[in-house]
Amino acid sequence: MRGLLKYREAWLLLAIAVVIGLISTRFPAFARPGNLAQVFNDTSILMILALGQMAVILTRGIDLSMASNLCFTGMVAAMLNAAHPGIPIPMLIVIALAVGLALGAVNGLLVWRLNIPSIVVTLGTLTIYRGATFVLSGGAWVNADKMSPAFIGFQRAAFLGVPVLSWIAFGVIALFFVLMTRTPLGRSIHAAGVNPTAAVYTGIDVGRTQFLAFCISGMISGLCGYLWISRYVIASVEVANGYELNIIAACVIGGVSIAGGIGSVGGAVLGALFLGIIANALPVINISPFWQMAISGTAIILAVVLNARGERRQGRIILRKAEAT
Amino acid sequence: MTGTPAPRRIPYRLDRPLTSAVFSWEALLVAVAAAIFVANSLASPYFLDPWSLSDLTFNFTEKAIVAFAMALLIIAGEIDLSVAAIIALASTLMGMAVQAGVGTPGLVAIGLAAGLACGAFNGFLVTRLGLPSIVVTIGTMTLYRGIAFIILGDQAYKGYPESFAFFGQGYVWWVVSFELVLFTVFAVAYWVLLHRTSFGRRVFAIGNNPVAARFSGVRVERIKFVLFCLTGLMSGFAAVLITSRLGSTRPSIAQGYELEIITMVVLGGVNILGGSGSILGVVLAALIMGLVTFGLGLLNVPGIVMSIFVGLLLIVVIALPIIWRRVARVRVA
Repeated sequence: MRGLLKYREAWLLLAIAVVIGLISTRFPAFARPGNLAQVFNDTSILMILALGQMAVILTRGIDLSMASNLCFTGMVAAMLNAAHPGIPIPMLIVIALAVGLALGAVNGLLVWRLNIPSIVVTLGTLTIYRGATFVLSGGAWVNADKMSPAFIGFQRAAFLGVPVLSWIAFGVIALFFVLMTRTPLGRSIHAAGVNPTAAVYTGIDVGRTQFLAFCISGMISGLCGYLWISRYVIASVEVANGYELNIIAACVIGGVSIAGGIGSVGGAVLGALFLGIIANALPVINISPFWQMAISGTAIILAVVLNARGERRQGRIILRKAEAT
Repeated sequence: MTGTPAPRRIPYRLDRPLTSAVFSWEALLVAVAAAIFVANSLASPYFLDPWSLSDLTFNFTEKAIVAFAMALLIIAGEIDLSVAAIIALASTLMGMAVQAGVGTPGLVAIGLAAGLACGAFNGFLVTRLGLPSIVVTIGTMTLYRGIAFIILGDQAYKGYPESFAFFGQGYVWWVVSFELVLFTVFAVAYWVLLHRTSFGRRVFAIGNNPVAARFSGVRVERIKFVLFCLTGLMSGFAAVLITSRLGSTRPSIAQGYELEIITMVVLGGVNILGGSGSILGVVLAALIMGLVTFGLGLLNVPGIVMSIFVGLLLIVVIALPIIWRRVARVRVA
């Protein structure tokens, strides 16, 4: 038991269980499997995005452009669908992945080849990609009536009683688990973040690894672009505005260290789930949705405080006393 | 990555004198600003009018006064993403005070005090608990704006006293607005603070090497705390100006300003990794961003398209010197 509690995933799981438990004391319906499955489905997109963000943060980078990338790719998918309803959905998903990948690769190339800090690059592309969405669409919206039934229905279809969206989330989680723990790329991503200098000496190209991490987060954003638009059935320039910080928040709550090198697939998924449960629980327990932001903010700060205790380095700090006065 | 207390690689800058590098960066900014200015005056006949140019300044003064404090913070190796949320919270509290019948001096005091308190809380979390500022301020950004949403919901505060409107709408002399005067005063004050006092030297020292700074007797944590307080206080000033200019408060006020302010600082030549930068650069960057948005506005370009230009400007202005240096090195070799 004590060994298990060392893992922050166990703590997070405990926190989630406590939240669900507290709510179900007053509203037993909330803890019903059917409802929890719905919460999971509702949080799928955030979970998938958090995994992509994690890949970048692990290499000591940050991707602020994910939500804008999502907005752009979503618009591309929606406009393609509106113009050519005949394009099969899997094909459309491949296109979304490719567009997202291209945008992510731009970030990655600027970070890798020009050595510009990722926070600066993605701060720039954050505004550029969203602006490009406006240019592409001319400011117009793509509404539900312009989307084909297949476009909207694909992720809602049930397979073995579970919506396809949840299956996609399962698939991405499994893929990331294998990628992060069982492949050379996953190892390089961790190594590049833990100690870039040491990584270079072991033959890892740190810049290239960062580039690939940005490609991953780009593809993820592209995938979620389609998923988001088909879920909320409206494509506009405002889609997912400011969502990049929610994604980072999910990672932080999940124990992904912003300093790089520390983080797990399970943590990121649970971090996203935690935010998703809070968002879904507030209306149930009759708290105004306006409280949601403050609660997430408090959760983030608490998570950071707890993270810092867990990962504080064991180095000597001399003159600490003089500092404290 | 900014805000990590762990040791990190310090950019090697000894291959050329720092002063000349700073000079060339600011020269580049002046050139860019001049080019945009000329382009604007050619593109629109309404641009070269004193009142037009005066309106132009409203595009950047509020953000720029926060950017000055943010520049110091980034030079010291930290960052504050919560500035826009602080503006929203301070504005909301001022709105509450109006409903309670507080007069103009009281409103200003409340705005500034709220900003200072929020900044101090950020500083406490970062310096006392040793947390990375980028994550802490993502948290407090959500928290502060969240509190504003709790207080206001989908409502808005209005009914600010008439005398309060002076800060954001008043003119001191002819076309010179109060905001512009305040901007100038703060620009000079921060220039003196950063470039002419031992405090400023310490800020640079911390940004270049916090460990060495500590061993040299610099109170690293205390200075960082002061910088967070300053950034909060400047956000309080910005809150007073924006609230006064708009005459109303919604919880979504100043949404997205944090990224624009950081863009301004980085465009001004402040190294996002800390250790170098100048106030003159930030002033020029503020001017450039104001010129771009105002000029494109005169041409009826929508705001969202302007943001493409600002984003491109940010990346191109930072990438160009890097590419240039590489080309130059190849030529020498």
